[in-house]
Amino acid sequence: MKALILVGGFGTRLRPLTLTLPKPLVEFCNRPMILHQVEALAAAGVTDIVLAVNYRPDVMVAHLKKYEEEYNVKITFSVENEPLGTAGPLKLAEEILGKDDKPFFVLNSDVVCDYPFQQLAEFHKVHGDEGTIVVTKVEEPSKYGVVVHKPGHASQIDRFVEKPVEFVGNRINAGIYILNPSVLKRIDLRPTSIEQETFPAMTRDGQLHSFDLEGFWMDVGQPKDFLSGTCLYLSSLAKKSSKLLTPATQSFVHGGNVMIDPTAKIGNNCRIGPNVTIGPNVVVGDGVRIQRSVVLEGSRIKDHAWIKSTIVGWHGTVGKWARLENVTVMGDDVTIADEVYVNGGSILPHKTIKANIDVPAIIM
Amino acid sequence: MSTKALILVGGSQRGTRFRPLSLDLPKPLFEVAGHPIIWHCLTALTKIDVKEVFLIGYYDESVFRDFIRDASKEFPQFVIKYLREYQPLGTAGGLYHFRDVIQKGSPKRFFVLNADVCCSFPLKEMLQLSDDREAEAVILGTRVSNEAASNFGCIVSDPGKRVLHYVEKPESHISNLINCGVYLFDSSIIFKIRKAMEVKAKRIASDPLYDPTEEGSSDDVLRLEQDILGPLADEKNFYVYETRDFWRQIKTAGSAVPANALYLQKAYQSGSEDLPAASATIIPPVYIHPTASVDPTAKLGPNVSIGPRAVVGPGARVKESIVLEDAEIKHDACVLYSIVGWGARIGAWARVEGTPISVTQHTTTVLKNGVKVQSVTILAKDCVVHDEIRVQNCVCLPYKELKKDVANEVIM
Repeated sequence: MKALILVGGFGTRLRPLTLTLPKPLVEFCNRPMILHQVEALAAAGVTDIVLAVNYRPDVMVAHLKKYEEEYNVKITFSVENEPLGTAGPLKLAEEILGKDDKPFFVLNSDVVCDYPFQQLAEFHKVHGDEGTIVVTKVEEPSKYGVVVHKPGHASQIDRFVEKPVEFVGNRINAGIYILNPSVLKRIDLRPTSIEQETFPAMTRDGQLHSFDLEGFWMDVGQPKDFLSGTCLYLSSLAKKSSKLLTPATQSFVHGGNVMIDPTAKIGNNCRIGPNVTIGPNVVVGDGVRIQRSVVLEGSRIKDHAWIKSTIVGWHGTVGKWARLENVTVMGDDVTIADEVYVNGGSILPHKTIKANIDVPAIIM
Repeated sequence: MSTKALILVGGSQRGTRFRPLSLDLPKPLFEVAGHPIIWHCLTALTKIDVKEVFLIGYYDESVFRDFIRDASKEFPQFVIKYLREYQPLGTAGGLYHFRDVIQKGSPKRFFVLNADVCCSFPLKEMLQLSDDREAEAVILGTRVSNEAASNFGCIVSDPGKRVLHYVEKPESHISNLINCGVYLFDSSIIFKIRKAMEVKAKRIASDPLYDPTEEGSSDDVLRLEQDILGPLADEKNFYVYETRDFWRQIKTAGSAVPANALYLQKAYQSGSEDLPAASATIIPPVYIHPTASVDPTAKLGPNVSIGPRAVVGPGARVKESIVLEDAEIKHDACVLYSIVGWGARIGAWARVEGTPISVTQHTTTVLKNGVKVQSVTILAKDCVVHDEIRVQNCVCLPYKELKKDVANEVIM
């Protein structure tokens, strides 16, 4: 089978992290974001993966080369010369996606969930129409585009209502699809939107179905959601009693949902969790408190620091008795001096912060 | 020749700016650098030949009883007595009221110290200047910034240190040499005060605009600054000794933090044995009461005082702060630029924080988003800060429990 991952541009919404690494390579729960998807696709029998990108950084090419061998898949970069929206990239990759009459997957690179590719493919085969989109239930549908089914039909989509004022349903497009190659005929090679042009046309022909997603779903394209998505992913691992989580028998684990790379070192009298990931070669000192945070590779958290709702970027240093909170994001190689308080700071790479940041601010 | 000394301690109706700490203890007894504010005045008086010290104020007698008992043992070189004014008489009115006690034994001159100043008290130098010039009065002066000067009594002097002009809190710029609230008077000043009272009475009698309900306008109230020092400057026998050493007032509760720093630095520089030496966990100067318990992994200093029976837990950090009697700081907590009140408790990983102020800055407020807030965070008696809670630039009245993060607030 084949798949296309919509990667897009520079991932500006996830800056300052994406100033250092392309978004697909930023580690989500200690593995590059794209790897979660590549792995799930490969497990579902996908052998050809197209990455739809606006640019092709060498570092990404090199990494994906590795994954090609590891997962025995072929990964092709499809580079847009101008942004083609969410549908145009499919046309651009027609040669691969349309090489046989088997359906292909399309997914948004920012979406994390328990990818249901296998079941999705089976469901799609059973109804026999052109496309299936994965939908997820949300509490506040008014912020999204809502899927409305044909009367008396459980999966056939009647229409989409963008940001509904009145309640028409609570299922929204989760950004994961399976489409027959025939759909490519519906798309022109120009900047065009799959949500606003292709799908409405398919629903008019009664060719689009929905598939309910089980479990969590999150678009992790920006730091706040990246942290929320981390919580959801870790909770989902906990439900499955995953071996990836650090056992709660460890004295420092507090409230569970903690994932610590085996090469990381944790000091004495720490309290870590709930909802924390700690990357490779991280060194955490004594008496450190971390909750609802992501600590990326090679960082040092010194003694007695207190960290909550924060992303500590690669090779960062957090000083003794420092306090970070409220979606603070440290770019690569950022140092927070001892005893400093940071409230919602977004700090660009290689900066040293020596004075408090009392209110959320971007530190250039 | 021996001199007497008077320390003006004020009363509970005054010193409201020292709230919330003065709700539980009279300001003169508040401990900075491990000792009550007035203890530092007494220590300065031991450097000169003084046989009698009077505390003048309108607190109840019982307030200073224990302090005087202890101080009398510690300072056997002088007799310490409390003289109570039953109604506020003003700084000069009080001196006049107790003239018999002051003049008993015919001392040539006497010192008057305001209890709420924190300085090195160069009393010897003031005596020397008084001798050299046969001065009727010597005032201690210090230079401050031009902007700050109009908040104080301003002194204009000639190069020979003679005071030419004195104005209390002028509206326009007069001078940046200000009154430190420390005076050395010839005994004859009592007659000057009497004369000033007569003048005032006459003026009141003939003043159609006189309003007896206005503050400070009562017949008996005579203020040293407004009513005595101004006229004294006209008489050409009034001198100023300008100190280059530290000086600041202890008015607001927050000002106790820089005062604590100044007295600790002074004690450390003079090689006091009370203060621990520098180490990995001590950045001097730090004062730790012998009954306090500080975990060896806690880091203290600079400019920290830890009071009796206070407990500082493992991995805690305390900097530029006063931790009072029976307070407890739990493990990994961080306390910066703050006063932790008597019996207050700070939870694990909590952060109690003020804003740095320089010791030469005479205000204790700071602008935050255009709003004036106290720069020093103050937790009054028995306040509780829960684990992991952050308190920044707050003043917290006694017995409050903080369960949520707070910033820039007064918590009633």
